[in-house]
Amino acid sequence: MTQKPRVALFVTCLVDLHRPSVGFAAVKLIEEAGAEVFVPAAQTCCGQPAYNSGDRKDAIAIARQVIATFEDAPYVVAPSGSCAGMIRHHYPALFAGDPAWKARADRLAAKTYELVSFLTDVMGVERVAAALPARATYHDSCSGLRELGIKEQPRKLLATVDGLDLVELPGAETCCGFGGTFCVKYPEVSVEMVQRKADDVAATGADLLLAGDLGCLLNMAGKLSRDGRAIAVRHVAEVLAGVTDTPAMGKD
Amino acid sequence: MQSTAFDFENNAHKALDDAELRQAMARVATNFTGGRAAAAARLPEFEALRDRAVEIKNHTIANLDHYLALFERNVEKRGGKVHWCATPREARETILSLCRQVGARTVTKGKSMIAEEIALNPFLAENGVEPIETDLGEYIIQLADEPPSHIIGPAVHKTKRQVADLFHEHHRKYGKEKILTEGGDMVAEAREILRQKFLDADVGITGANFLVAETGSTIIVTNEGNGDLTQTLPQMHIVISAIDKVVPNLEDVSTILRVLARSATGQEMSVYTTFSTGPRRDGDLDGPGQFHVVLLDNGRSGLLGTEKQDLLRCIRCGACMNHCPVYHAVGGHAYGWVYPGPIGAAIDPVFLGLEEARHLPQASTFCGKCEQVCPMRIPLPKIMRHWREESFERRVTPVVPRTLMEAWAFVARHPRLYGLGARLAARILKALGRDGKIVSLPLGSGWTDGRDFPAPEGRTFQEMWSARRGARS
Amino acid sequence: MTARDRLFANLGRALAMAPGRVSPAEAAARLDRRTPNLIPDRAQGSGEELVERFVQWAERVQATTARVATLADVPAAAADFLNRHNLPQRLRLAPHPLIEGLDWSSRPLIEVASGRAEAHDLSSLALAFAGIAETGTLMLHSGPQTPTTLNFLPDNHIVLLPARAIAGSYEAAWARLRAAFGDDWPRTVNLVTGPSRTADIEQELILGAHGPRRLHIIIVDDDARQEG
Ligand code: SF4
Repeated sequence: MTQKPRVALFVTCLVDLHRPSVGFAAVKLIEEAGAEVFVPAAQTCCGQPAYNSGDRKDAIAIARQVIATFEDAPYVVAPSGSCAGMIRHHYPALFAGDPAWKARADRLAAKTYELVSFLTDVMGVERVAAALPARATYHDSCSGLRELGIKEQPRKLLATVDGLDLVELPGAETCCGFGGTFCVKYPEVSVEMVQRKADDVAATGADLLLAGDLGCLLNMAGKLSRDGRAIAVRHVAEVLAGVTDTPAMGKD
Repeated sequence: MQSTAFDFENNAHKALDDAELRQAMARVATNFTGGRAAAAARLPEFEALRDRAVEIKNHTIANLDHYLALFERNVEKRGGKVHWCATPREARETILSLCRQVGARTVTKGKSMIAEEIALNPFLAENGVEPIETDLGEYIIQLADEPPSHIIGPAVHKTKRQVADLFHEHHRKYGKEKILTEGGDMVAEAREILRQKFLDADVGITGANFLVAETGSTIIVTNEGNGDLTQTLPQMHIVISAIDKVVPNLEDVSTILRVLARSATGQEMSVYTTFSTGPRRDGDLDGPGQFHVVLLDNGRSGLLGTEKQDLLRCIRCGACMNHCPVYHAVGGHAYGWVYPGPIGAAIDPVFLGLEEARHLPQASTFCGKCEQVCPMRIPLPKIMRHWREESFERRVTPVVPRTLMEAWAFVARHPRLYGLGARLAARILKALGRDGKIVSLPLGSGWTDGRDFPAPEGRTFQEMWSARRGARS
Repeated sequence: MTARDRLFANLGRALAMAPGRVSPAEAAARLDRRTPNLIPDRAQGSGEELVERFVQWAERVQATTARVATLADVPAAAADFLNRHNLPQRLRLAPHPLIEGLDWSSRPLIEVASGRAEAHDLSSLALAFAGIAETGTLMLHSGPQTPTTLNFLPDNHIVLLPARAIAGSYEAAWARLRAAFGDDWPRTVNLVTGPSRTADIEQELILGAHGPRRLHIIIVDDDARQEG
């Protein structure tokens, strides 16, 4: 028997703090795909908040720590396109002037994946064994879409969820206005952007909104909730794993 | 123009309150994006053309001195003159003295962002030369006494009703009393009024989309034909442009033209692409007797060899702002200076200084849409990030966010401390929640003023995972 | 030191080590090769194929076209256009032998005068140097026989385009212009794609902003001048 591939789960700071069930859903999906999961204890955050705030020094320090923590893993998987994109695209750029670290960053980048893309593109998963009677729509989070080219993968797997009816979201590729620290630095602009997104979501008639990044999900769920919309918001991993016993985001 | 970039937050606040602006911006969001997508889809070679366009500009930039000198030689060979100007002031004064040479009283103007950059209109007016904008959008905002809000559609922020009011107010002196309701009638009225201005002008000033080194030609790309009347009828044609507009030859500019209009408006080609080379020739029946090209640097040469050099590839097509969700939300005026949207966020600090423009590179979610559609593949988010880094290093970033970031980063570098903090935060936030949501976050009103904050589950993944592992073994 | 000297000194310093830097001789050689960068498929082809493609793209941008066999048919085609739009029977002609040589006797009602366009001219008949099939674009240039005002002042721009002047790509048209003019490059070259328009008011497309409201292209299959 060949050995199962070993996957280090990069939980991401938001999933860790806010919605552990996404982490467990990810573990379940990776295991069902035939891989073995371990979770390095020394992980914190990918450093993106520092990187995007211009704090390059701290971004480098955090990146070094992530590289050291994860570089021995055969695969690194994160339930977030934005964190995976940070490691895949931006870590190598951070070490452009430092050949030794650049090489380590490149190696880590090459084996780091966003969850759904890992399932389909690496493990060859064609379908999932989940069921959820719902009319769902899907928002393409920017980093996953534009840095990692994740577009068809989640749709392909969602199509195999029993009872799930997926409707396309007009403007699915338009940013929801989260943008990391942007959402609190320019709150009014951010709210205007997420308002448009929430209106587009509502117009689809869907009762469930899915995406692959917790930051965007918090933003969209918060707006839908404030607007009194009954639309449930979940990370796509929860639905694909068939673990939807945790209340939807912002619901009790 | 006077910068208000420093007041971005305030400007944005006002913009978000402006119902007519929102209506106008909604139209921008749908029309331009749809047009570009369709045009790109109609041309299978579109992506490859973008690559070639990038190569051409990179080659030109690496050999900029060579091509600029060649351009100058060829302009002069055909009887024109090039005026080199390091600063906006030098450019303004050069143009004024050229206008004075022919005793100009009125000048007609084609659309030029560089003219905005050097604040040419107020300067000419103060010095007794009346500038008349002839591009319909520029004309509208000149009547409104506003700066452009978009680099190719200066009046995109105006609704038809607002244009009607402006025309009613300003056209009375020409005996036009009616309040118009149809766009076609407004265009006809402006056409009639401006036609006389074209005929009367002493000097025509246009910008240039490109300069061709091989021939010494300047190029304008327009749809209305105003630029052509501007430069054909008066006795002197002044081109105000900048050193980053040069391309080697006609083959090169043809390649770039194939991506310009498609990216900008979704047209296959703009209506008028006009190549001007020197003054009228002996025997010509029309055309200007003098041809002057004023070439501005204004800090552009300082970008060479820096991580921001790619900005010099920009062809000012406007695609980045047409597709920018922040631009769609706040409009162009919120950015507070000549170039709005993503290109403005990346380039305005060059002209204004980072202190004045510090908000602009911050006011982006880094969604990446601008880079995706930029025909010249300029890494706009990356350049904005460089500005943010400079802000952070030079302490242009205010002390509170900077300190918070450093404190957070300190915690993130210490996993045990981090784990403790996360467990604590998860519990506090959970406790603040009612019915699964937090409607008011202490210190987090930026979030909760406009939306709820979903309450977390209450425990961290890491603690639950180790508990589960403990139970398993 | 002048602004020019300072600029070139700065550029020289900043670019000395730039990746992609070539010697002046290499740059000159690149220029002289005039190699087209990338010609889209749509601009390839020849003859009738290109004429049809030209017409298709020109009409997409609201130009109208007429196709006639010989120069002798041009006055009738121009008259048709004027009549169709109820326009005054007056034309400002390009003072070019090909246009001035047209025989208007079959259309005695049309008053023709040649020269540059004046403010009151409503319709012009100009001569295109080339057509460019890939986008339905006309190439016109200034000169004693082809004044530029004809292309912009009148409301109605009628253009005579010999079928054999239709090229596939911009590059092919440039090559012909270079061959025709060499170093005597004309002051103005206009690439014209459809009639004047604006979308500056609520992005509504309105024709005839400042330039011609109508562009009518008469394609002449055989532009040999009949003598006698
Ligand atoms: S940055 Fe790119 S998209 Fe924006 S105006 Fe310049 S060329 Fe166009």
